[in-house]
Amino acid sequence: MCTVCGCGEGDTKLEGQSIHQLPPHAFIRGAGGHHHHAHTHSHAPGMTQARMVQIEQDILGKNNQYAARNRQWFADRAILALNLVSSPGSGKTTLLTETLTRLQGNVPMAVVEGDQQTSNDADRIRATGVPALQINTGKGCHLDAHMVGHALESLPIDNGGILFIENVGNLVCPAAFDLGEAHKVVILSVTEGEDKPIKYPDMFHAANLMILNKIDLLPYLRFDVAKCEEYARRVNPNIQILHVSATSGEGMEGWLNWLQQQRP
Amino acid sequence: MHEMSLCEGVLQVLEDEAKRQNFTKVKSVWLEIGTMSGVEIEAMRFCFDAVVGNSLADGAKLEIIEIPAEAWCLNCAQSVAVKQRFDACPVCGSYQLQVIRGDEMRIKELEVE
Repeated sequence: MCTVCGCGEGDTKLEGQSIHQLPPHAFIRGAGGHHHHAHTHSHAPGMTQARMVQIEQDILGKNNQYAARNRQWFADRAILALNLVSSPGSGKTTLLTETLTRLQGNVPMAVVEGDQQTSNDADRIRATGVPALQINTGKGCHLDAHMVGHALESLPIDNGGILFIENVGNLVCPAAFDLGEAHKVVILSVTEGEDKPIKYPDMFHAANLMILNKIDLLPYLRFDVAKCEEYARRVNPNIQILHVSATSGEGMEGWLNWLQQQRP
Repeated sequence: MHEMSLCEGVLQVLEDEAKRQNFTKVKSVWLEIGTMSGVEIEAMRFCFDAVVGNSLADGAKLEIIEIPAEAWCLNCAQSVAVKQRFDACPVCGSYQLQVIRGDEMRIKELEVE
């Protein structure tokens, strides 16, 4: 049971286990058959009165609190946390396994894997020898800071290391959910459309780095690299861009250098 | 985009505030939603009713105040109205814009008992 927040998370599973045993909170409680009727009559003095309450709170305030807690956790341990986001099939996991293989032995690392179902990706990561923890979001379309906080409780990572959080393949929802990471890294493969940055502007706006992946395939495609970069800079004038092929190894040095520079 | 999660976030805030500010029923909720927040207003309304059913906000009225997006154009050094993140400055055509308003997803106030 969760000792930190005391709440349940519906279908979310950490390594196949429910993260809390408490009943799910805040998820659809309808279908109870309770019919609400308009309630406009005036109240007698002394009875409960309708009143206005100022709230002025961010809807994602709760997530942001968990994110701040995670960020502090990372800072206390000098850990660089990165939130890797992309569409499904951009090559995130291949890029990650290649990165882990190259850095292993030099830098402590760990991986949190987010997918709706299966532990396939965590299994691929573990095959490199790096500890990985799979979060299955069930119906959920993104990881949130609360899930990641729980993952940190059981994931072994040494101080000064790098934590890669591979988010659910989705260019929409993960943009809004801060996990406490230092940077969002968006991965776009050249087999996708070059206009993805303006089709899904929120994600490219939220990211600090865009990795253009699978560039070994460029000779066989009609992907306009310059146009893609122009679109990315339209939604985020400060975005950094790297060209990488995780398969051929081209550009991997640049990515590893970038990682090195970000470490606290 | 993820209106169901957002509505769950709203309900969490309501439940926390109910304890803090001592109320048991929420009759109306006012949200401020920026036009660039990625929130689909109609989806929000749909999810809200489903999420708050059988809670302290069962049947509550959802009022949404839309906040038009504004950006600071680095080139013109003035604030301009924009609709989307990839919009050019309507005055000079530059893409060097910094969004200053329109990202909001806030619970502004409640009518409670």
